[in-house]
Amino acid sequence: MAINKKSLSAALQKLGPLIGLCIIIIILIIASPNFLTLNNILNIFRQVSINALIAFGMTFVILTGGIDLSVGAILALSGALTAGMMGAGVDPMTAVLIGVLAGGVMGAINGLLITKARIAPFIATLATMTIFRGLALVYTDGRPITGFNSEAFTMIGGGYFFGVPVPVILMLILFGGLFFVLRKTTFGRNVYAIGGNEEAARLSGIKTGRFKVYVYTLTGVLSALAGIILTSRLNSAQANAGMGYELDAIAAVVLGGTSLSGGRGWIVGTLIGALIIGVLNNGLNLLGVSSFYQQVVKGLVILLAVLLDRKKTSS
Amino acid sequence: MEYLVEMSGISKSFSTVQVLKDAAFRLKPGEIHALMGENGAGKSTLMKILTGVYKSDAGVIKVKGREMAFADPTEAERYGVAIIHQELNIIPKLTVAENMFLGRQLTYGKTGILREKEMARLTREYLGRLNVDLDPSAPAETLSIGQQQMIEIGKALSKKAEVIIMDEPTAALTDREIEALFRIMDQLRREGVGIVYISHRMEEIFAICDRISVLRDGAFLGTETTAKTTVEHIVRLMVGREIGERYPARKSVIGKERLRVEGLSDGRNLKDIHFSVKAGEIVGVAGLMGAGRTEIMRLLFGADRKKSGDIYIDGQKVDIKNPASAIKAGIAFVTEDRKHQGLLLDMSVRENLSISNYDQIAPFGIISNGKEQALSQQMIKRFLIKARDSEQTVKSLSGGNQQKIAIGKWLGKLPRIFILDEPTRGVDVGAKKEIYSMMNELSEQGVAIIMVSSDLPEVLGVSDRVVVVHEGRIAAELSKEQINQESIMYAATGGKGHGHQ
Repeated sequence: MAINKKSLSAALQKLGPLIGLCIIIIILIIASPNFLTLNNILNIFRQVSINALIAFGMTFVILTGGIDLSVGAILALSGALTAGMMGAGVDPMTAVLIGVLAGGVMGAINGLLITKARIAPFIATLATMTIFRGLALVYTDGRPITGFNSEAFTMIGGGYFFGVPVPVILMLILFGGLFFVLRKTTFGRNVYAIGGNEEAARLSGIKTGRFKVYVYTLTGVLSALAGIILTSRLNSAQANAGMGYELDAIAAVVLGGTSLSGGRGWIVGTLIGALIIGVLNNGLNLLGVSSFYQQVVKGLVILLAVLLDRKKTSS
Repeated sequence: MEYLVEMSGISKSFSTVQVLKDAAFRLKPGEIHALMGENGAGKSTLMKILTGVYKSDAGVIKVKGREMAFADPTEAERYGVAIIHQELNIIPKLTVAENMFLGRQLTYGKTGILREKEMARLTREYLGRLNVDLDPSAPAETLSIGQQQMIEIGKALSKKAEVIIMDEPTAALTDREIEALFRIMDQLRREGVGIVYISHRMEEIFAICDRISVLRDGAFLGTETTAKTTVEHIVRLMVGREIGERYPARKSVIGKERLRVEGLSDGRNLKDIHFSVKAGEIVGVAGLMGAGRTEIMRLLFGADRKKSGDIYIDGQKVDIKNPASAIKAGIAFVTEDRKHQGLLLDMSVRENLSISNYDQIAPFGIISNGKEQALSQQMIKRFLIKARDSEQTVKSLSGGNQQKIAIGKWLGKLPRIFILDEPTRGVDVGAKKEIYSMMNELSEQGVAIIMVSSDLPEVLGVSDRVVVVHEGRIAAELSKEQINQESIMYAATGGKGHGHQ
């Protein structure tokens, strides 16, 4: 009996975010006739995909006990680089690869600062956030980069595949892959071990520094992808794109039940967390709530989620 | 007033697990009263109920004849009941004096301005009673665990406690510190203080305690007068079965030299460390707290960086840069601090057991569920790990079972050299013996074993040879015939004193 009760409460704990999402959805279905339409649902998913990609990376980072504030800046710089390349006549495929690679390099720099230079993740990525954002301003000279007309590139952010937006497909594929990595591979296991007890992990033979660099690199790559999707959808790249996205990503991770102190959490929760934020944004828009109040509501939802989560953990 | 503390009919359940069933305990003034039982027997829970950490489901608690149910440990302290936890409540960044007066700082009236000189003076005075000389302005993190514990004991003394509960106080102390502690305990006893003493060390209990109460599986089995009972009787009560010899017999089959260390140093405390271990040999490493035993092992394992020196395994020079390369060279290391350095407490038994065995269960980095389950089931059986199932979190296991996991995780494949740092600290009698048997079995399979231990009887009982460390150097190497308490203590104290009295 004791075991059943315990596993039940553990299951409830994991299901908590999902239940929250369902409640919000039900309220919106009742409140707005325009909510439950195929168009709107696809729209939500497409809006969510950018935040979700970043939040997937953030999940890895937070699971190791770290944080990455530079994701929004990486998004902007990678997007700008990709756009700039194409503007200079580079073919879209190569430009995208360069953009993703640049994101990986930026992430690796974060990782090396944290592991080799031993700077706390918060400080290291606060600094690189400013640097990357600054570099994006330098590169774009503060003006939007536009005028790259490539049908293939426009597909990335705006295309459909069997009626489903391409960014959503990208997000779902990456979600599947990363879910597998966290659940079934030594890499994923090491991420949890490092967040759970870094010294014990190191003394068990895990090359903790190397894995942390991998994790920040992964986050850089995912942020760059998000940047490319955004650039493609807007058909322009701006240095101030993705401002504040790091906070949305952290919010999604936390809403999904991942512990900010590391070692505990899962990526399914993050996807649900990102959906909660996306559905809220969308629903509040449909209801005509001013964007100022939307902020207030989002903040309250985060607080509520964390409070409920703590109540469950302690009981 | 006959009893300082009278607890009777105490029951306590956590969710559906009953931890205490109708337990009882009586403490007289002026006695040292041992509370014994295997890990999980309910000793700590009983004391936490007494000090108001937990509320009992049933039962009566009387303190100095008055029925009491403390709301929290602070209230218990106000009524003269103080507890010194095994996990010290020391804040590393604060100074000795700041820790001593944590939460009750002396101030000028109600101004909030600290009377630092007065607190420093009192700190010196309290520690002086313990024969401990510490700088009140030294940060606590610069002290050894033993010294930090002295702050806690000093703190209880300063609160004029009439009942002091000590949960495994000597686990991390050197012999000299233990002597000092016993002297103080004796002095407190004569002053009429009642001391509850929780420990797994039989020698100490029979040396210092007046009476012994035994708990098993949450039930009270009785109180014995130390002078009228025997170790065997108490052990039988605790485990409920005959356990036989404390140190299982073993045939040493000693082979060729497995490990040789030459001129190892860390550029700080360790100088010119040299020793060797043969295949199938158990080498005990003795020395006082802070002599550098753990530091040597950490260098060997690549956990810290060495400044100079060479390490040879089976005659081949090996380059150990980090724990990963040490493991590759066939070295396994059970750390002294299993909670912070050995285990992933929030993770499951299965995950803890597989962490150092990925090459067997995860080809190409993808973990095979079947192989992982099989490995953990096999280890749970082999090491008699008492867990509900392989998914239980390690945090919720008893100390002995945690330690079996900390050891067992290295045995997915046979290491060539196995370093165990304080392998039985905080572990009950039954589990201790199982750990010794595990070591014996490994040595019979040709593993070279290095055991660091502060428990002298254990060093005597288990080792083929003993290396004694004193102030960062190897002070002596004692062959089987030369090993005895006196020879070890003589070397451990720098050859200045003749053992301990």
